[in-house]
Amino acid sequence: MLNERDILETITMIQDENLDVRTITMGISLLDCCHSNLNIMCSKVYDKILRYARDLVKTGEQIEKEFGIPIINKRISVTPAAMILASCDDRDAVRLARTLDIAAKECGVNFLGGFSALVQKGFGPGDREIIEAIPQALAETERLCSSVNIGSTKTGINMDAVALMGKAVKQAAELTADRGCIGPAKLVVFCNAPEDNPFMAGAFHGAGEPDCVINVGVSGPGVVRAALAKAGDDIDLTAVADLIKKTAFKITRMGQLVATQASERLGVPFGIVDLSLAPTPAVGDSVAHILEEMGLEICGCHGTTAALALLNDAVKKGGVMASSHVGGLSGAFIPVTEDAGMIDAARAGALSITKLEAMTAVCSVGLDMINIPGDTPADVISAIIADEAAIGMVNSKTTAVRVIPAIGKKVGDELDFGGLLGGGPVMPVSTYSPSKFINRGGRIPAPMQSLKN
Amino acid sequence: MRAVITVIGKDMVGILAKVSNECAEHNINVLEVTQSILQDMFAMIMMVDISKCNIPFTEFADNIGKIGDEMGLSIHAMHEDIFNAMHTI
Repeated sequence: MLNERDILETITMIQDENLDVRTITMGISLLDCCHSNLNIMCSKVYDKILRYARDLVKTGEQIEKEFGIPIINKRISVTPAAMILASCDDRDAVRLARTLDIAAKECGVNFLGGFSALVQKGFGPGDREIIEAIPQALAETERLCSSVNIGSTKTGINMDAVALMGKAVKQAAELTADRGCIGPAKLVVFCNAPEDNPFMAGAFHGAGEPDCVINVGVSGPGVVRAALAKAGDDIDLTAVADLIKKTAFKITRMGQLVATQASERLGVPFGIVDLSLAPTPAVGDSVAHILEEMGLEICGCHGTTAALALLNDAVKKGGVMASSHVGGLSGAFIPVTEDAGMIDAARAGALSITKLEAMTAVCSVGLDMINIPGDTPADVISAIIADEAAIGMVNSKTTAVRVIPAIGKKVGDELDFGGLLGGGPVMPVSTYSPSKFINRGGRIPAPMQSLKN
Repeated sequence: MRAVITVIGKDMVGILAKVSNECAEHNINVLEVTQSILQDMFAMIMMVDISKCNIPFTEFADNIGKIGDEMGLSIHAMHEDIFNAMHTI
């Protein structure tokens, strides 16, 4: 039976602590849209997305009102574009990108992910065309998100792709320099990319997924922080972990409810709940502030990696029992420009890219939403990607890089995107050159960890 | 089907009347009411039956929210499943 305390706790979480469902993401397979004629394929792609996702936003809004839970984003992920582009005689990837963008707009979703290629072991048909088209595609579209998987624990790292992606990130920034370099903010370079991730910009609908599926990403850093603040400074770290687990359980149950409701109402199977703590730039919705609540003076000081490891693990342990299927990225996100506490720490000089790199070894994603100087050479960006991919490959976890070269800006300048993407200072990167290493190309062999059979 | 209506804010005359009047108008039966003073704030929780509600529940939730805005109170009507999901195993 419900009691008053529980009811008021839920209301407080939603009203004062920014509890929300971050995204309902509909995954749609486009494999049956393949056609040798690009025009015909594009019209099939458009029709299928509209047919499946026409009611997505409306249904999301209905659930939002009925249950009183804010659902911030309704989004779509599709089969990696390279897979279907491979079937065309004319592989004009930008044309396909425009079609996807129009379909997203027509459905009313704010992002559509899947302008992607999976090249961890090498380039298949369509892959190079997609990668080469990414900067132009992101410059010409508004809602399209792109991701490329360049490595995995099983296959090692495709360093030819790493070299290409450094250039793609740089060029994406240059082509959108007049719009705050927004291009690379919609581009993620993965190692061990999950195929059912509902979060942007890295969402795509993997080849092993059903025709259509509903995935839900929860959020709630503010709730975790508030719970820790209420518990006070006297509890030890075991108690801190327990408290985070309990809170994560409640948050995830809410996500599971929304996911099953959305799945029933849309007549689409439920895929997974992604148990992530996803910050927003809003005050009180920060992962960095949770770490500070645990007792760090500022995020980025020594101890941050340990605190984040505790947080990431407790979120998973609490959430996993609350949902029938857990997947996606599941853990704590540390996107710098999207997190008020991280922004402050970066401005104060307490948080560096090297510290963030260490943090990515224990959190759920990687170097995310970091503004770097506009004159950073493509080789250096490739090397950042390679370092991050190596952490993911060796530790059998997902890592990713989403850095934004701030064209025309230098360390300490600010670059703002607005909305959920936030904004923040340009952070310094090492200026020594990894050029020769990156230009060797080839593949970094898969580590011993890959030989599990 | 049941829902929970919560009213949080400064205590004043007529809160219960207004909310229950809105319920009656839409054929919503009030099953249980509890109220308390929480950190100087008035908190009322109503358990209601919405199975015979004569308008879509989302519309009712909107209406009751607006009444709250007019009175300077925070009023929410939410399906009970959200609370069950979060607080019971």
